[in-house]
Amino acid sequence: MGTASRRAQPVSWIVLGLLALYALGPLLVFAFNAFKSAREIDSNPLGLPQSFSWGNFAVAWEQAHMGGALLNSLVIAVATATGVALIATMAAYAMTRLDLPGGGAWILWLLVSSSLPIQLFLVPLVSWWSTLGLYNQPIGLIIIYWAVYSPFATLLVRAFLIGMPKEYEEAARLDGAGELGVFARIVLPMIRPAVLTAALVSGLQAYNEFMLAVTFIQDRDFQPVALSLYSFQQGFTTDWSLVSAAGLLMALPVVVLFLTMQRTFIDGYVSRGIAV
Amino acid sequence: MAPLLVVNLLVITGPGLASVFYSFTDWDGLSRPRFVGLANYAEMLRSGAVGSALLHNVLWTLFFLVVPMGMGLVGAFLLSRLRRHQAIFRVLYFVPYVLATVVSAAVWRQILDPDGGIGAALATLGLPFLEDVNFLGNPSLALGSVAFVNTWQWWGFLLVIFLASMQSVDPALYEAVRLDGAGPVREFWHITLPMIRPTLVFLGLMTIIWSFLVFDYVYVLTQGGPAGSTDVLSTVLYREAFQNQRHGYASAVAMLLSAISAATVLGYLALRRRLRWDI
Repeated sequence: MGTASRRAQPVSWIVLGLLALYALGPLLVFAFNAFKSAREIDSNPLGLPQSFSWGNFAVAWEQAHMGGALLNSLVIAVATATGVALIATMAAYAMTRLDLPGGGAWILWLLVSSSLPIQLFLVPLVSWWSTLGLYNQPIGLIIIYWAVYSPFATLLVRAFLIGMPKEYEEAARLDGAGELGVFARIVLPMIRPAVLTAALVSGLQAYNEFMLAVTFIQDRDFQPVALSLYSFQQGFTTDWSLVSAAGLLMALPVVVLFLTMQRTFIDGYVSRGIAV
Repeated sequence: MAPLLVVNLLVITGPGLASVFYSFTDWDGLSRPRFVGLANYAEMLRSGAVGSALLHNVLWTLFFLVVPMGMGLVGAFLLSRLRRHQAIFRVLYFVPYVLATVVSAAVWRQILDPDGGIGAALATLGLPFLEDVNFLGNPSLALGSVAFVNTWQWWGFLLVIFLASMQSVDPALYEAVRLDGAGPVREFWHITLPMIRPTLVFLGLMTIIWSFLVFDYVYVLTQGGPAGSTDVLSTVLYREAFQNQRHGYASAVAMLLSAISAATVLGYLALRRRLRWDI
């Protein structure tokens, strides 16, 4: 439609530019402040730093316990992504390829579970988790993330599997492949994009998540980075130069991952907004 | 199916049903729950804290239905008319959405800081009208400020989804109104909005549901204060459960929250059937 669509007007460019400034400006201020001293922020809150010194990062790394916290978050995000991918793939395969009793009721159950508010089950879950010894344990938090993120991931993988012809699998079966062989060699390679999207989105959500983490993890040694950044910015005398440095350290892995895989991310979130 | 079933029953369905039971009890989370009938619900209906929290949720909903949705719609419409550089703008607008709540809270707490934020910066430029404004500490500004910060992170998500939806609109429809001499504003109202209605309605529905469940931004930025001016249902629930150890009463608040979500979905389904919408 190239020739037919109109040339964008200057007003459009101005509005789009202002929106881009709105999206990125605050992040630039944040990045600049990470290089200033606390005194420099007072005299020059939003401008460029006088010099780019990396000292704040080292101090913030120590004071906010960033090393251990980032490691905890990495473990939690990877375990969540892997677990959700596994659980969702198995469930979606069972729903589309095996004769489950109940049929359509499973989809309804998934839709309901993926839209139930966390607040509904949060309070009893805390005492259940204490009884089971999962409270204040990273694995306890990971299991909760598996449960919370897998209904949507299952729907995503299922939508992909439904659109996939069964002929390939039947051909492989005729050639004597077992059920597991069919799944591993035929089905899995074909649904890989959907599984990857589900894994990425749930891993990122687990890395960023706050409410469940602050409820279920008390011990500083187990804290994910979201919690250490939270406690680092509370209090009456907050040093914003150090908070900015710590915040950048938390955000950097996510932003880099997003920029390198932005198509997968955006497609995953778009499906979250439309498909369900 | 088994792994999904196990984690779901253990984390969501089981405790969810337990919540229904606990909402009829007096329970501190440790000792045996004592059955109290509808007492928690009666207290909730009389409670001023719940009433004002509910009002804040309603205001929050209206704000999010208008401001981020409007920004997302206008931005997506302008972007959909670009012939190039669409992808780069889309990525730029989406960056705040991938950041954690605690990161965007840290970003905005310093910009909104009364001593060293935007007010002070404008004052040094000779524009002192925001000087010493305590955005998060002033009870009449705090709720709007928290909503503003949440909008910054949220609107790019809406834009990206609206854009995807607009890109699937048949270009021939635009051709037709252009032949009639329509400008961009009429194209937006007469073609774009009606054609993306399913997405618009769905995101509107989601906005309502999420607005009644909002927790993170309020808890991180103000904890419901100052003087309860940013309290929402979720922060009331959280405080009753984990600071006051009133798990039974908190479960009743959880029932109210869930009822609002369910009513929104059911209302939407009824409306859809009534108007014979095809989504």
